[in-house]
Amino acid sequence: MSEIWEGMKAAVWLIVTLDPELFDITLRSLQVTVTAVVIASAIGLPLGALLAIQRFRYRRATIAVLNALMGLPPVVVGLIVYLMLSRSGPFGVFGLLFTPTAMIIAQVIIITPLIASIAHQAIRDLWAEYHDLMISMNTTKGQRIRTLLWDGRRALMTASLAGFGRAIGEVGAIMIVGGNIDNATRVLTTAIALETGKGDFGLALGLGFVLIGLAIFVNLTIHWVGRTESEGRW
Amino acid sequence: MVGSILPLELREAVVRRRGKRLLGPVDLTVGAKGFTIVMGPNGSGKTTLMRSLHGLQRLTEGEAVWAAGMEAVRKRQAYVFQQPVMMRRSVRDNLAYPLLLHGTKKAAARMAAEEWAARIDLTEALDRRATQLSGGERQKLALARALIREPELLFLDEPCANLDGRATRDIEALLKVEHERGTRIVMATHDMGQARRLATDIVFLLNGKIHETGPAEPFFAGPATPEAGAFLKGDIV
Ligand SMILES: Nc1ncnc2c1ncn2[C@@H]1O[C@H](COP(=O)(O)OP(=O)(O)OP(=O)(O)O)[C@@H](O)[C@H]1O
Ligand SMILES: [Mg+2]
Repeated sequence: MSEIWEGMKAAVWLIVTLDPELFDITLRSLQVTVTAVVIASAIGLPLGALLAIQRFRYRRATIAVLNALMGLPPVVVGLIVYLMLSRSGPFGVFGLLFTPTAMIIAQVIIITPLIASIAHQAIRDLWAEYHDLMISMNTTKGQRIRTLLWDGRRALMTASLAGFGRAIGEVGAIMIVGGNIDNATRVLTTAIALETGKGDFGLALGLGFVLIGLAIFVNLTIHWVGRTESEGRW
Repeated sequence: MVGSILPLELREAVVRRRGKRLLGPVDLTVGAKGFTIVMGPNGSGKTTLMRSLHGLQRLTEGEAVWAAGMEAVRKRQAYVFQQPVMMRRSVRDNLAYPLLLHGTKKAAARMAAEEWAARIDLTEALDRRATQLSGGERQKLALARALIREPELLFLDEPCANLDGRATRDIEALLKVEHERGTRIVMATHDMGQARRLATDIVFLLNGKIHETGPAEPFFAGPATPEAGAFLKGDIV
């Protein structure tokens, strides 16, 4: 019991003094995850919108693949990315394994389906609402897409935030492809795993608090965005 | 001025959904002038008929023949839905939207939006989200948004259903002005008084078919069919 208490005290101390190691790890976590979210959003948001309004040949197949990918265990994604990037793998020549880039690739694969799927649902609902009006107003396809993306921007933001929430807390895949190397690929989750194993609860808990703080921040933002969205709908 | 898109002729039009006949066969001409009121009990096909005329509802059989090419036809009409669609934007942006779609400059579109807001008594609400408006305010907004591009042909599906007496009077006055300016109006309503005040022509629907149609005056003076007579008296048909 006292061990936990000591750990808590140490954790708070590390946070209030802006401990350089804790600060570094947090910053790297944010760098990797924010980059991954930006890339995954750039792919997932338009893809979701397209799936919602455009009827094309492999639409159903694409949705099925997205749903299947969403169910993929991150560890398996990590394993596949590892095999692809390893020296003998097809992308081995780039030497990306155990770099932040590898971690970003893994996270992008994990959260793109999630972001696309949430965007798909949101835009589909909005399109159902707007359909008759926009057809009646003789809009072009481009105008429809732009209108839906703009009026659905809050929902799309929620999709990206959900992706962020998933990526920042992910440990399995980035542990495998990043290798948890000190000063290079160590991020919040992998550091917590390591420090806990070593019995250094102070740093582990400090990092844990930061992670919880980020998660709460993301969820509050999602909640707030959703509330302004639904405010006064009826 | 380019040639009119009217008259519009519906020829042996039939609309079926999953084998069920919702409308027709219907033959109807919408001439260049007039204010047509579409009447009939709930479910008689008023909305389906108007959507078919507008081109939103695909005909299962028959055809709609316009006096102009489809490009002009699609551009020069507007439709106010029975359940008005509120875009998730401010009232101002809802009003400006149809203008911006067709290349009007932002400043000009905003000015027009403000003028129309004043006409429908929504100036105070210009910066509120349209989704926060009351049912009646929504209907007024939808009407102004449809009129802002000065369509040649305007469809209105019960535009006064949620409005109180005064608002209804205001809307009727506005519609009369638009009609006198030359806007061709086709409107569904349940309000018999309103039909009498506005109509130049009547289309009376029953079970998806045109039961009676013609100029308004003789229709209200003495309908040709017993069903229309009963409907006018408020009986169930
Ligand atoms: N999408 C649809 N699928 C199946 N049936 C439909 C559909 N839309 C309308 N109907 C049916 O078609 C008939 C005519 O509907 P319509 O909406 O045209 O009636 P209406 O005269 O406008 O009625 P109201 O006065 O209630 O607005 C109704 O029986 C309705 O249930
Ligand atoms: Mg109707």
